[in-house]
Amino acid sequence: MPAHPILEYLWIIPLLPLLGSAINGLLGAKWPNRIVNIAAIGSTGLSFLCALEAVREFFDSGQVLFRKEFFAWITAGNFRAGFDLQMDQLTVVMVLVVTGVGWLIHIYATGYMAHEGGYYRFFSYLNLFMFFMLILVLAANYVLLFVGWEGVGLSSYLLIGFYFLKKSAADAGKKAFIVNRIGDFGFMLGMFFLFRTFGTLDFQTLFAKAGLWPAEAMGQFGTFTIACLLLFMGATGKSAQLPLYVWLPDAMEGPTPVSALIHAATMVTAGVYVVARSHILFTYAPTAMLVVAIVGCATAFFAATIGLVQTDIKRVLAYSTVSQLGYMFLACGVGAFGAGIFHLMTHAFFKALLFLAAGSVIHAIGGEQDMTKMGGLSKKIRWTYGTMLVATLAIAGAPGFSGFFSKDAILVAVAGKYWLYGFGLLSALLTSFYMFRLIFLTFFGKPRYDEHKVHAHESPRSMFIPLVILALLSIVGGWLAAPEFWGHANYFEDFLNPVFASPTQSVKTIPVDTAPRVGKFLFAFGEAMGRASMEILWTYAAIAVGTALIGFLIAYWLYIRQPRKADDLAKSLRPAYTTLLNKYYVDELYAAVVVRPLVWLSTNVLWKAADVAGIDGTVNGIAHGAAAIGDGVRHSQSGNTRSYAVWVVVGAIVLLAIIFFWPSGAKTPVGLVR
Amino acid sequence: MLHGGHLLSVLIFFPAVGALALMLLRGDDHKFIRSIAMIVSTAEFLFSLILLRGVPVGATGYQLEEFAKWISAPPINYHLGVDGISMFLVLLTTFLTPISVLASWSSIQNRVKEFFVMLLLLEVGVVGVFFSLDLFLFFLFWEVMLIPMALLIGIWGHERRVYAAVKFVLYTMTGSILMLVGIIWLYNATGTFDLPAIQQTLANGLLVLAPRTEMLLFLAFFLAFAIKVPLFPLHTWLPDAHVEAPTAGSVMLAGVLLKLGTYGMMRFCLPLFPEASHRAARWVAVLAIIGIIYGALVSMVQPNLKKLVAYSSVSHLGFVVLGIFAFHNISMQGAVYQMLAHGISTGALFLLVGMLYDRRHTFEISEFGGLSTPMPKLAAFFLFVALSSLGLPMLNGFVGEFLILLGTYQRHWGWASWAALGVILSACYLLWSYQRVFFGEITVEKNRTLPDASAREKWILATMAVVTLWMGIGSVFITRRTAAATQTVMDQVEPQRAYEARARSRTKPLTKTDSSQSSRTISIERLGIR
Repeated sequence: MPAHPILEYLWIIPLLPLLGSAINGLLGAKWPNRIVNIAAIGSTGLSFLCALEAVREFFDSGQVLFRKEFFAWITAGNFRAGFDLQMDQLTVVMVLVVTGVGWLIHIYATGYMAHEGGYYRFFSYLNLFMFFMLILVLAANYVLLFVGWEGVGLSSYLLIGFYFLKKSAADAGKKAFIVNRIGDFGFMLGMFFLFRTFGTLDFQTLFAKAGLWPAEAMGQFGTFTIACLLLFMGATGKSAQLPLYVWLPDAMEGPTPVSALIHAATMVTAGVYVVARSHILFTYAPTAMLVVAIVGCATAFFAATIGLVQTDIKRVLAYSTVSQLGYMFLACGVGAFGAGIFHLMTHAFFKALLFLAAGSVIHAIGGEQDMTKMGGLSKKIRWTYGTMLVATLAIAGAPGFSGFFSKDAILVAVAGKYWLYGFGLLSALLTSFYMFRLIFLTFFGKPRYDEHKVHAHESPRSMFIPLVILALLSIVGGWLAAPEFWGHANYFEDFLNPVFASPTQSVKTIPVDTAPRVGKFLFAFGEAMGRASMEILWTYAAIAVGTALIGFLIAYWLYIRQPRKADDLAKSLRPAYTTLLNKYYVDELYAAVVVRPLVWLSTNVLWKAADVAGIDGTVNGIAHGAAAIGDGVRHSQSGNTRSYAVWVVVGAIVLLAIIFFWPSGAKTPVGLVR
Repeated sequence: MLHGGHLLSVLIFFPAVGALALMLLRGDDHKFIRSIAMIVSTAEFLFSLILLRGVPVGATGYQLEEFAKWISAPPINYHLGVDGISMFLVLLTTFLTPISVLASWSSIQNRVKEFFVMLLLLEVGVVGVFFSLDLFLFFLFWEVMLIPMALLIGIWGHERRVYAAVKFVLYTMTGSILMLVGIIWLYNATGTFDLPAIQQTLANGLLVLAPRTEMLLFLAFFLAFAIKVPLFPLHTWLPDAHVEAPTAGSVMLAGVLLKLGTYGMMRFCLPLFPEASHRAARWVAVLAIIGIIYGALVSMVQPNLKKLVAYSSVSHLGFVVLGIFAFHNISMQGAVYQMLAHGISTGALFLLVGMLYDRRHTFEISEFGGLSTPMPKLAAFFLFVALSSLGLPMLNGFVGEFLILLGTYQRHWGWASWAALGVILSACYLLWSYQRVFFGEITVEKNRTLPDASAREKWILATMAVVTLWMGIGSVFITRRTAAATQTVMDQVEPQRAYEARARSRTKPLTKTDSSQSSRTISIERLGIR
């Protein structure tokens, strides 16, 4: 037996969910839910345990990067894409998040989906997703990563369209897949470009080769910038960034556990992961980095504004996810990959929790998702309320909660860039507002549903135990960073340092003068703590908390103190309100500019005009022409001897004329005269 | 390696013997006829597996050659041979034939005997084409194969079957005539019909073609193949032929016959007329790219499911042609792989469409809708096949498409970028049609009671699914066997580059220092040849 059995056979981690998926998919139709559960939860649970063991072995082995080639998958010429897996600190974080959170959500789903048809099908898809997601984070080359990348897209398609009888669900699934494909188009070109430049798509070799190249200057549009922008195009699709974010809100058609697992905690962060994984390329391409930061920041703000007015509880969370993903890209874009991944992790905890809790709410009041038809639930479903409040505090950035630390790390990292910082801060305010709006609308005030028909009830244990665990994680998930505030290191980012070593240097060396003036008074406090950079840290933290507090207070004022005011405000700002409510009409714009013209062009121009009338018309025309000529010439075959004699004479004359009058020196028509 | 023996002849004529046996049977015992056809075609498939041993990995040149004098003047010889490319295309043919027999089990009810005779004769022609190394013999099989296919469409087809059959024949014949002219011209110039001999004559410079002549000859061959592929804008016979053909006909047509076109390009156009191929490449590539995008867009808006699949073939085969004319060994490998993968995926799609037709006797998408409810298994298979067709990694379609685009990008990034749009569009037309057929509530009352896949259908589809998955994961099994053959084609079409590469690898090994300076150019050069 090898010294590190799981690490040596790393494929077992993704394979277990695949087995679960295959077993349930092929045989589960006839099984009762209980047995389906064993296959689904058992396989993912085992996978989680294996992941833990693999991580232990990884640290035990003391390697910086564990990498193993299992078998060659595609080879051609000097191209090789292998089934090669690797593990480093970044993978450790991702694998544990995926299997851990994934497992919890599986358990939750056994309760949530208990009464749905197609139970086995659901878990088969969900396990399939786990397989592809694990491939994605364990892959040691871009092509295998792309397998996971497309595979999670497929699982997402299947799960969004799980209720395929509903047209909106089927539409949403299709939309998700196609929009993702648009991103994948860029991702593929990025791979081709990288291969053309470096002759390999293997992470280790490629990054080693790239490291020897000189870095590009800001504004330069060189090799790295092109490659990074193409990869980033894929990331905007998968991670729902501008302009390809449109699929994610619609993806809420899927069952809620799916929204939690795929469309909040794991799959949508794949784009962030890819950018972080390719950090060597990105740090060499400042122009691309700027684009990433701007797109991230713009998305964070843009999506948050839409989230302000949505009334569907899941849609609010969906736009919130888009917005938070923007934060992660913002972090990556300024080179703070560690902070980006940190936020990815904490976000996985609290956003999964938010979705699951929302699911619990929906479950409790009989499938209603509209917040305007909720209210006053805090006493009826205490556990759900409590855990959801924890998650809200975490996402809003309340001190001590996980989101506080990760969001703070990002804001500190962008502090030098005023525009990015300003919009980042503004988004934090909006986040705090719409999240507390959600809490107040859902759990406070008077019930706005029919209490006689709907008896709100707490969810079964299988559902709220995952909630409690995730709530705990949402609190403590960021504590690794806490020592920083007492003059120690940010242990989370230190942990990732072996991966991001070079680029993260810039993050910690913010010049003092970038600290906004409003925070000056805290300097004294910071000085008392004894370290210069800590003053800044505390300052930024205070500003962020203050901002979040403002968001909270506005929400409190609008929805608790003056409940009418919210409607008044909406009325007085009618145009802005409707624009936001209709999501800036982006879907309508895409439909009008891209989808409908393309279908019209294909139908009327390409198919009916060009293909049927044009090309086929010509072909048939030639055929008819030939038939007509034949028909005409047929009449010369009259059977009349005298007319034949005339034709012979005419022919002879023509022939002779050609021979005699052909210009001398020119070649005669072939074969006519020898 | 096998020596002696007449494996190739056996593989060509065994189905003919089977067809002969069928002809001697009484026509009314349908079950017996079907069983014989099934046994013959399955046995043929098992025989053909021996090829895997006969063509060693990495061996260049033709294997298992057979040579016999046939006609002395003009010197026409019975010359057969196989290499990595033709071997897998033959395997594809012999694999799809029993599948087609099984697919026609209950849907063909009139003239059953004749139907299976035609199917087996078709196999004779196709396998013969792939094995022929004599131009005359090649042409003979090329024409032989035309007849059973036309009859399959014309007799057992749907409403407009005669129109479609005539169109198919006329289109193909137009190309064939030009090719025949080319073949005779070559014979006049070289005094032989033997492909390797002509190839040698041209490569050694014993016969130097004037650029104009070479281009005309190239075009004569190319047109015949381009019609077969079919390359835009010569594709309009295809939708008609497919829609009218019976399921088995469509499977063979899409699965194998289209590949004769791309195979011909690799076997004849490129090696015999390398200069002309180079000069024509950009125009061919443009047509291929138009085909990819145009085929996909037109496919997207088809109201007829079978036509939709037919147009998707135009798009997929566009990839293959692009891969061939990018002259890069990765894309060339990809092209071969895509031919095989398309044979399986599109073959399976036609099988599924045929199964829907068997139930509802229509191809109109609007007549379906919500079929997942009455037939979940068929729906699952359909999705699986659609995903393989749209190039989902781990299924067969991805490998070919990816290699084609990757290889093409190395030499012509613009071509590859345009062609990659096909990746988006294939998702659009497949998923959209899938949604309209299988998702949602049932819209047509008749569909509520449709039966799910029968045992026979499940066997067919499961077999196809297993091959699809295997080709998606174990692609190396195939690519390492086709590598030598595609490399040979590359060397023939670009002898200069091959020579330079050898020279460079001898004199100047690639060092690490120059990788930072000029690694881009070097890597591009290197990619093409090793």
